[in-house]
Amino acid sequence: MTDTPRPVPLVPLTPATFHILLAVAVEDRHGYAIIQDVAARTGGELKLSAGTLYRSIQRMLEQGLIAETQDRPAPELDDERRRYYRITPFGAAVARAEARRLTLLVKMARDRGLAAGTA
Amino acid sequence: MMRFYDLLLRLYPASFRAEYSDDMRAIWKRRRRDAAGPPAVAALWIATLFEVLFNAAAVHWDILRQDLRYTARTLARSPGFALTAMLVLALGVGANTAAFSVTDFVLIRPLPFSAPDRLVKLWEKVPGYSEMELSPANYVDWKKMSKSFDGMGAYFGASVNLVGQGDPERLEGAAITADLFPLLGVQPAMGRLFTAAEDHEGAPGTLLLSYQLWQAVFGGDAGVIGRRVNLDNEPYEVIGVMPRDFHFPSRNAELWMPTRFQEHSDDFRDRNNNYLNVVARLKPGVSLDQARAEMAVVTAQLERQFPKENHQTAASVNLLRDEVSQQSRLLLLALSGAAICVLLIACANLANLLLARGLARQRELAVRAAMGAGRERLVRQLVTESLVLALAGGALGVLVAAAALPLLARLVPATLPIAQSPSIDLRVLIFAGVITGLTGLGFGVFPAARACRQSGFRALRDGARAGGGRKERLRSVLVIAEVTASVVLLVSAGLLVRALWRIEATDPGFRTDGVLTLRTALPWPKYDQTARRAGFYTQVLSAVRALPGVSSAAYISFLPMVMRGGIWPVIPNGNTVDLQRSGAHTASLRFVTPGFFATLGIPFHRGRDVAEADSMDAPFVAVVSESFVRRYWPDQDPLGRHFTMAFHDRMVVGVVGDIRVRGLERNSEPQVYLPYRQVPDGWLIYYPPKDLVIRSAAAAGTLLPAVRRIIRRADPEQPVSDVRTMADIVEEQTASRSAQVRVLGAFAAIAFLLAGVGIHGLLSFAVSRRTQEIGVRIALGARPGGIVRMIVRQGALLAGAGVALGIALAYAAGRAMEGLLAGVRPGDAVTFASAIGLCLLMTVLGSLLPALRAVRIDAIAAIRAE
Repeated sequence: MTDTPRPVPLVPLTPATFHILLAVAVEDRHGYAIIQDVAARTGGELKLSAGTLYRSIQRMLEQGLIAETQDRPAPELDDERRRYYRITPFGAAVARAEARRLTLLVKMARDRGLAAGTA
Repeated sequence: MMRFYDLLLRLYPASFRAEYSDDMRAIWKRRRRDAAGPPAVAALWIATLFEVLFNAAAVHWDILRQDLRYTARTLARSPGFALTAMLVLALGVGANTAAFSVTDFVLIRPLPFSAPDRLVKLWEKVPGYSEMELSPANYVDWKKMSKSFDGMGAYFGASVNLVGQGDPERLEGAAITADLFPLLGVQPAMGRLFTAAEDHEGAPGTLLLSYQLWQAVFGGDAGVIGRRVNLDNEPYEVIGVMPRDFHFPSRNAELWMPTRFQEHSDDFRDRNNNYLNVVARLKPGVSLDQARAEMAVVTAQLERQFPKENHQTAASVNLLRDEVSQQSRLLLLALSGAAICVLLIACANLANLLLARGLARQRELAVRAAMGAGRERLVRQLVTESLVLALAGGALGVLVAAAALPLLARLVPATLPIAQSPSIDLRVLIFAGVITGLTGLGFGVFPAARACRQSGFRALRDGARAGGGRKERLRSVLVIAEVTASVVLLVSAGLLVRALWRIEATDPGFRTDGVLTLRTALPWPKYDQTARRAGFYTQVLSAVRALPGVSSAAYISFLPMVMRGGIWPVIPNGNTVDLQRSGAHTASLRFVTPGFFATLGIPFHRGRDVAEADSMDAPFVAVVSESFVRRYWPDQDPLGRHFTMAFHDRMVVGVVGDIRVRGLERNSEPQVYLPYRQVPDGWLIYYPPKDLVIRSAAAAGTLLPAVRRIIRRADPEQPVSDVRTMADIVEEQTASRSAQVRVLGAFAAIAFLLAGVGIHGLLSFAVSRRTQEIGVRIALGARPGGIVRMIVRQGALLAGAGVALGIALAYAAGRAMEGLLAGVRPGDAVTFASAIGLCLLMTVLGSLLPALRAVRIDAIAAIRAE
């Protein structure tokens, strides 16, 4: 591929995709860790099922949003032979684009007095 | 527990499972551990079930979309292949869909009545006739004495003149017993059916309309029930309208009235007046054979009771569904067989195409496999590709079939209680879908599995040279099969063309050019006086003869080929031939006006035409055909001889040529023509002349309005119907045959083309595969002629094998359809020679291009390429 894909066509993201990107943005995580991170951040609101998670992961891998990491954490922490995922630069760009879109939306809602915060 | 989850995971594609199932199982195990208490476990299970169903479907869909995108790209890269494959499939699916739609419509689909498989038709069986209508007296007795049936109803054809609703019109209908329609299980769309009281002598006239007649004549008026109309000058009250798709006994029926048998006079006494068609419904649990056995007992009993009238009268009981003539059945079966041949050829061709493509793509597949695509994904990709091709081809095929339907509609016999033309409905679409799917799957999975088995490193290493002898053998077998099938089709089509030509070349015995015919069926009792009819004929004929361009005109009881019956026993006086030995003693009976023979161009051999002077007061005379003379007075002067026919002694005054009354394909009885005036008032109600024939130099279109005016002047209430030229009538004889020949010819042409493409494809591939070898040969000094011979020989070997097999099968096919061949022998040399010649030509043409390409191979480049 000669030209890097542009993030814009992928935006807006599905909530699951966005949350997975957020989960792997700071550190490499395996599947169950992603589920736990999402659940913790949303206060248990969004509990990804295994199917939804790996379906999203497969698609995100193909789209180049995330990558499987080769380097593993310390063996004593790696309780099972698991796959770990990390955000790619492209994934980060897409997440940023999505965040921008959401910010813009919230700002608009705020302007009409439909969201908390100052206009 | 875990095992059940594993089972659920099987819903995911294997490639997905291979990647993620371990992780998913781990996550699920934790979830299961976290769930405390049975309700939580139950909730987890339910959630899991839905989650897996949804996500598995979603993953499949993702892959499908991916494969479709990939397919679109690969097909766009080889549009030639894609188009060829689609067209081949379209032809195969189209031919079969078309053939199925007609065959299903005529032979398979249940009749549109309730529990139609219990409906049977009953006939009288007498020596010489396998199926004869019943006499009302026998009908009543059969009905009374049999116990196998839930009900028995009868009908007979009845045409009537409708007057007072716009122009007078001639309508085809049927008189039915009141219990017939309930027996069929049909309900009127509007109004009601006949009551038993309405089906009695002297009951006021009641009438059911067909939906089509209701629309055409009554404008679909909802207030038509209760309306009074005049049929043959008798009042009838409309009591109902039948549904739009109801056709009984055939699609021509426009109206129905009760039989109103004359119980107290002739109808129930005369056992030799056979005109009733009888339908019955088998009782539940009674088989057709049981009913036949019972009817044999019943008829034997009746024969003992009426030994003279019911002499050797048995019953024949058939399923109503099977009342399709043997010829119609054979026509359709031949068509279906041909369609299957086309599909087989299409499949062979497609398999060949895909095999060749599979070989060419081996490298690509090997690369993909090397990059980690699992075997399942590769197969899936290939199957998607062939299904896409199949779907596109199948859709095109349905269009092909829809386009062919108007032609195929001619193969639907008019005698069935079904609509005129089949339609592409859900049933047909499902059929098309199934054969499309099977073809697509069969010819996707098979090469895909083959391609994948070899997509290892060997493919990468071997380059395009891969594909060993085994594969070539398989492809050769496919090509041979194609040639075989196309020989069978070519020969079958050829035999049928020869049969058609032979029939078309049959001399009907009269001249068809420039003869216009139309019918004015004079109603009774208005015209039951012979003199009154004579007045009508004289007025019409003299005015018509005076029209510009008209050279002659006459009336006859029934036109040849249109009416095949009208047969009457003959008793010759002082005959010299032993009648018992000759067996036949019937002739076709027609009343004519003077000038009939001149109008139809029937040659006059001796004596004179009937004359106006041949009236009731004059001696009764007859004009007879040559075969009549041959039968009764061979090698003698027939003029002045006497015979008795139709209640009178008659004297032969003229001899004319024979005509084909029963049509071009059947033998006809000898013909007897009587003067139209020599019939007592009210006698022979069936036989008064009704068909007007006009020989004219003017075009039918310009003549017709003038003729209509003349008839209106003679009787303003008299409808004109059945306007046709004699040429049309003769042409109609072969209409279904020529339709079949055209369809079969098209099939054969397709097969021929496909087989040619197959040979070409195989040889091209072989040449490109052997480029190096041929290069070496050329480098070593091989002559171009030798190279061409080598390639053509390969093609000729394949074609030869196919032709040899094809000839054997074609002969068998010819034997199977001998009944359709009108005397052409199944082993007709001309046909076989032409088919073989065509196949040789195809082989040469198919191998020529590859051979030329082989000759042009650049030896140095070919050797260096590897």
